[in-house]
Amino acid sequence: MARINVTNLHKSFGSFTAVKNSTFTVDDGDFFCLLGPSGCGKTTTLRMIAGLELPTSGEIRLAGEDVTFKPASQRDIAFVFQLFALYPHMNVRQNIAYPLKNIGMAAGEIDRRIAEAARTLRIAHLLERAVNGLSSGDRQRVALGRAIVREPAAFMMDEPLGALDAEFRHIMCGELRALHNRLKATTVYVTHDQLEAMSMGDKIAVMNEGVIEQSGSPQEIYDRPASMFVADFIGSPPMNFLSFGGSLVKGGREIAIGIGRQRVPELRVDMPAADYVLGVRPEHVQISESGPIRGEVFGSEYLGTTQIVTINTAEGQVRARLSSDVSLRAGDRLGLEFRPEKLSIFARATGRAIPTALHDGGHR
Amino acid sequence: MNGNRTAYSVVEPSHITKRIAGSIVVAYAMLTLIPLVWIVLTAIKSPPDSISYPPKVIPWVHFEPTIEGFCNLFTTRSRQTPEYLATLPPARGICESQARAKNMVVVSESKYIPRFLNSVIIAFGSTALAVFLGTLAAYGFSRFRVPLKDDLLFFILSTRMMPPIAVAIPIYLMYRELGLQDTRIGMILLYTSVNVSLAVWLLKGFIDEIPREYEEAAMIDGYTRLQAFRKVVLPQAATGIAATAIFCMIFAWNEYAFAVLLTSGDAQTAPPFIPIIIGEGGQDWPAVAAGTTLFLIPILVFTVLLRKHLLRGITFGAVRK
Ligand SMILES: Nc1ncnc2c1ncn2[C@@H]1O[C@H](COP(=O)(O)OP(=O)(O)OP(=O)(O)O)[C@@H](O)[C@H]1O
Ligand SMILES: [Mg+2]
Repeated sequence: MARINVTNLHKSFGSFTAVKNSTFTVDDGDFFCLLGPSGCGKTTTLRMIAGLELPTSGEIRLAGEDVTFKPASQRDIAFVFQLFALYPHMNVRQNIAYPLKNIGMAAGEIDRRIAEAARTLRIAHLLERAVNGLSSGDRQRVALGRAIVREPAAFMMDEPLGALDAEFRHIMCGELRALHNRLKATTVYVTHDQLEAMSMGDKIAVMNEGVIEQSGSPQEIYDRPASMFVADFIGSPPMNFLSFGGSLVKGGREIAIGIGRQRVPELRVDMPAADYVLGVRPEHVQISESGPIRGEVFGSEYLGTTQIVTINTAEGQVRARLSSDVSLRAGDRLGLEFRPEKLSIFARATGRAIPTALHDGGHR
Repeated sequence: MNGNRTAYSVVEPSHITKRIAGSIVVAYAMLTLIPLVWIVLTAIKSPPDSISYPPKVIPWVHFEPTIEGFCNLFTTRSRQTPEYLATLPPARGICESQARAKNMVVVSESKYIPRFLNSVIIAFGSTALAVFLGTLAAYGFSRFRVPLKDDLLFFILSTRMMPPIAVAIPIYLMYRELGLQDTRIGMILLYTSVNVSLAVWLLKGFIDEIPREYEEAAMIDGYTRLQAFRKVVLPQAATGIAATAIFCMIFAWNEYAFAVLLTSGDAQTAPPFIPIIIGEGGQDWPAVAAGTTLFLIPILVFTVLLRKHLLRGITFGAVRK
């Protein structure tokens, strides 16, 4: 078990930079999710930690030891590939035993570990089967089995559930998390599915175009997004963005938006007059005739106890999570206000969050 | 599959279609086999039978099979007067008796066996070398970022674009200078250099098809790159390696033009030797046919041994997934 420190990690392929100055720490025993859209450099980061790719610059420490340029075989890391990568010419048992045979482990110990892993993953009945005939869920379990029998210092998982269908994915998510709770092994888990990351991760790092935009607990990332990208990427439906202008005053608790004023968390900095964006989670939108924002209902999506109502306003489209009891029809005109304590403010030009009382206690 | 026969599949060929297709394939195979059959038949005829008209086709009916062709292939003989023959001790061996019957004596063994051995050594040697180098190069091209990779690959392929014989004279002069002329090692190097481009391209295709996750998984599991290559990539690529080996082997075994140009004695291979048989004492077709028949056998055995791989190798992409 080990802590992983990644410092200023950089990776270029020719003139293309896949990972830029990544810095993050995975604490011992954490389930750490690397989350980001396709092509943002998640796999590349993971491969560098595992030693399958050499960084252009930067440093990787595993349990305090600098492993940046060590070959994969000398880092005590297990890797679960997206496509499972089971050896097709071996059966399930041989596949799981393969990493153990290599280090010259006694046959009895190998059998014991396989039996234990098989019990944990519920694949005992599959051990003598060829891997070719297995369903993707079973293959996934075998791949996990091959990783856990080694009892490595850390697990790397690259979208291990990517090839499964939605329902099964959900089940495996739960299983993986349960497995992690039992093994308590440091895990870096790559995914582009925010729900997966939110439900499984102790910590999440959100990546975009090679840059880690923010890392923190799921709650932190959801409540205090560091950038518009993160705010937009996390949450479904994502955060609403409403434009406003003017200057911001340190200590201010209100902004001018729409036809009135909206209370916000206390501003911690002075900002010159410019374009800003108010970030509002759908569940923090309230209907209020005295509210600063006026809009017209565009449509609604019924979700059982709640509904997602889409409202067009002059400041931008707003999606509100409202109780299903509220009956609204397309074309209805209404006023909106927002629960002040959870609002974010971003600079339009940079997309970065403006420090407010929301961030007291720091970002990371 | 279905209990009743009313349902039929639109993708499975019907019984009749299969039969017709089968007959066509068999007919075509027979047609292509005719020259081979004729060669084998000629090999067991006597010289007069081999050129008789109308042709004699069926052994034991139209002509009496004989091993004279093989005897003539393996020996050199000289004509002697009956008086001299009478002074000799009785003939030993079937070939000598056959020669005596024609007023000849066996002078020595012919060069066929050493030439044949040359062919075996050169073909297997160059095939092994080309496949070995090709596998390593293909793996490198497939897995690593090689500077100018595309240009290099194209260059390797381009060596195949001109007929090799176009560079015959430069190679001849070069080999003379280097002392490689008429040496086995020279021929092995030459055939390797021709084959290695084919090997690289074929094998790169096969290795590209092997997901790199396999060897990466092995490396994560504690194997070095070389061990992962040996234990994971090679078994997966066995099919492709076998198919490539057959193609290289066929080229090296059959090659004629360079063999004529560069070998005349010690390192001469069978293909330039076989036509020479014609010249020795009249047009001895059965001896030529016997030489050809034997020459066909190794490649036949080699292909049959590897045919499972060959078939899978050719349809590689289709079967794997
Ligand atoms: N070996 C390579 N050579 C050149 N470019 C590469 C290489 N590997 C990755 N890239 C590029 O680096 C970028 C990041 O790739 P990476 O595989 O890390 O993305 P990802 O976040 O894992 O995406 P996905 O969700 O699609 O798997 C991509 O634009 C990709 O094209
Ligand atoms: Mg990826």
